[in-house]
Amino acid sequence: MQMPQPDPAILGRKARLVARLSQVLPEAALIQDPSQTRAYECDALTAYRCAPLLVVLPASTEEVAAVLRICHEEGVPVVPRGSGTSLAGGALPTADSVVLGVARMNAVLEVDFDNRFIRVQSGRTNLSVTGAVEEEGFFYAPDPSSQLACAIAGNVAMNSGGAHCLKYGVTTNNLMGVTMVLMDGTVVEIGGAHLDAGGLDLLGVICGSEGQLGVVTEATLRILHKPEGARPVLMGFDSSEVAGACVSDIIKAGVLPVAIEFMDRPCIRACEAFAHAGYPDCEALLIVEVEGSEAEIAQQLGLIEAIARRHGPVEFREARDPEEAGRIWLGRKSAFGAMGQINDYMCLDGTIPVSALPMVLRRIGELSQDYGLEVANVFHAGDGNMHPLILFDANTPGQLEQCEALGAAILKLCVEAGGCLTGEHGVGIEKRDLMLHQYSRGDLEAQLDVKDVFDPLWLLNPAKVFPLEVTASRRLGRLAAE
Amino acid sequence: MRMRPETEEELAEAIRGAAGPLAVRGGGTRAIAVAGEELSLAGMSGISLYEPGALTLVAGAGTPLAEVEAALAAEGQRLAFEPMDHRGLMGTAGAPTLGALFAANISGPRRIQAGAARDFLLGVRFVDGAGRMVKNGGRVMKNVTGYDLVKLMAGAHGTLGVLSEVALKVLPRPETEASLRVAVPDAGAAVRLMSQALGSPFDVTGAAYDPAVGAVLLRVEGFAASVAYRLGRLEALLVGAGENVRLEGEASAAVWRGIRDVEAFHGRTGDVWRISCKPSEAPEVAARIEAEALLFDWGGGLIWALAAPGTDLRERAGRYDGHATLVRAEPETVERLGRFQPQPAPLAALAAGLRAKFDPRGILNPRLMG
Repeated sequence: MQMPQPDPAILGRKARLVARLSQVLPEAALIQDPSQTRAYECDALTAYRCAPLLVVLPASTEEVAAVLRICHEEGVPVVPRGSGTSLAGGALPTADSVVLGVARMNAVLEVDFDNRFIRVQSGRTNLSVTGAVEEEGFFYAPDPSSQLACAIAGNVAMNSGGAHCLKYGVTTNNLMGVTMVLMDGTVVEIGGAHLDAGGLDLLGVICGSEGQLGVVTEATLRILHKPEGARPVLMGFDSSEVAGACVSDIIKAGVLPVAIEFMDRPCIRACEAFAHAGYPDCEALLIVEVEGSEAEIAQQLGLIEAIARRHGPVEFREARDPEEAGRIWLGRKSAFGAMGQINDYMCLDGTIPVSALPMVLRRIGELSQDYGLEVANVFHAGDGNMHPLILFDANTPGQLEQCEALGAAILKLCVEAGGCLTGEHGVGIEKRDLMLHQYSRGDLEAQLDVKDVFDPLWLLNPAKVFPLEVTASRRLGRLAAE
Repeated sequence: MRMRPETEEELAEAIRGAAGPLAVRGGGTRAIAVAGEELSLAGMSGISLYEPGALTLVAGAGTPLAEVEAALAAEGQRLAFEPMDHRGLMGTAGAPTLGALFAANISGPRRIQAGAARDFLLGVRFVDGAGRMVKNGGRVMKNVTGYDLVKLMAGAHGTLGVLSEVALKVLPRPETEASLRVAVPDAGAAVRLMSQALGSPFDVTGAAYDPAVGAVLLRVEGFAASVAYRLGRLEALLVGAGENVRLEGEASAAVWRGIRDVEAFHGRTGDVWRISCKPSEAPEVAARIEAEALLFDWGGGLIWALAAPGTDLRERAGRYDGHATLVRAEPETVERLGRFQPQPAPLAALAAGLRAKFDPRGILNPRLMG
């Protein structure tokens, strides 16, 4: 993985940039000391680090606009940052870039239960959006595992999902409007408290554009009333393929659970040691959650149990009380952390058609053997969004490279199976160089055209999403024009 | 002359070779009169993949909707966004097609709960105005690989590219449905009642108000026992709101088909407008536009209005959170007022920039969207 060389001309303009930015920002919002900018050298993809030239932490849309206008005039790349929880390196800086963090912009601007929306500044964390509405029984549906920390800005940038998006959809399905600042400082308002924003679906394009089209400063989000109740059930199977077939049958039967989560043995063991959820020690575990009243839950679980029994589960267990339900979910949600305690790992995010689950799991097992690295699988089985965790030792020379090679092989497998490279984490830098396995150059060209319109100088997060050689003429065109 | 390509290559050749404007046409049921040579997608028809266990279907853009719905029904599945059939309202014949459905992002009453057509579109293949063949998205439920041009194409009304193939998410058809009809005195009371129902845990999948009947309709769907339970809870929640009537099964389905297709306006002359707004603003907006007839869907968030020919309802509506689309009118009125609400300058500039990239010659359904 390579990043572009920093532009010495920009590095040389640091003092002038600082002077100009300090005219539009309070002192505390401008970080230039290398000992402090280092805190922004990476996100949750910690294998790659680079301290930025400067960090700015604006507190309002107006300050964001002022910062971007100056950076635009100075020709300085800007790397937007939410909470820095990206697993794909979406917020990785270059040495000649300004990191624009939205962490200080965390206010709730409007809560409207009658019209079922909340408007927040984009630095607000995912979980605290629900926190602002739950007293009235409402919640914000997308629930990435990092929801305690991750910001709405990052959720919008990456179109984040979560365990419950099988029923409630991902960020793009719950986003009603944004206030966004373009790279030249223009503030645009898209959508709002009504459904289906007018004109072209720019909201749909911005969501998932990885901070390359604009900096979202405010978001209008759909909120829903919580169901009367919810209950997870655990099912253990003695083979991953059987578990995969069970998932497909549940979906086909017309029961639509809110979540169907899958873990294999290495992951089950790590999570059990970490969260003590009472997981059975078996080859494959499914957590299926249904919602509704007590009677509705019982009926759905009855149907699910009948389907599961046909596949001969080694264990089938309903959560007896909310405490046990919480522990079952804690195990799943802490899977990444649990694995991290015993190993370095790389988390993949490929998505496949649900029908291809058994084949893909078998092939991942074979690839794991070929490359000599263990793979633990934990994923959202209901929608085919896999999270293979490749375990490696960062201190053993060559293992990171071996791990990346295995990761690439697994993602190519996902594409071959009719799927895609990333289901919810985003491309960032991590999957950037694999994009040509999923899309032709022409397909990518159409995407670059969109960026040309929003950010003609290619200053916003420019080295992400697309292979560097594909974007070179555009990025270098910017340098040549200076 | 009429062009009718049968493959994506032929479609690309047709667009590359076009001497002037093209009027992109699916089944022609929405009567979008655009000047130009007709480019029919009827030849690009057929379901190429349907996996009920993966809830996905892939088909040519010209595939008749009826064919898709029949295939889904055979597996107990459906299009959850409940697309409207425009034929009764527009007085057209022809058969609605899948591509046009997504190009125009057509969603019905269930949009408030299940999402819009664009939320169910997983992948597209299209040919842009320069004749480029482009793929975006795929056929999986979750996909954030690169920019989401799928959404951009949904609702672009063929102005950025002509869809050749679409991949979509389908959902199981619930066991049954039932509705509650609650008499209300006016739009204000109707929207308050619908907000209460939509803000409940009972998973309401339809909330509409027909002023001609003076009643709100609320729909729940699912397994029979669950539907009965939730309808009962809704009744208890809304007790004292008005006189309640229960509609079960087919009776409920029929009344929602009527709302979906705006049957209240069928056979009536006048212009038809569609206003998307913040639900709580709907009563005031509706009062200001002084329409001849109204129908409120989406809990008040969608107002269908019948107005005297040539009336500028956007002007009457004044300022509100939303936008108004002119669905049916004489060509002169469409020309004068525009089908879609003009956008603020910065958004219009972005849209113009995208058009310049994807349709540099300005030949795809020219001026339809501005």
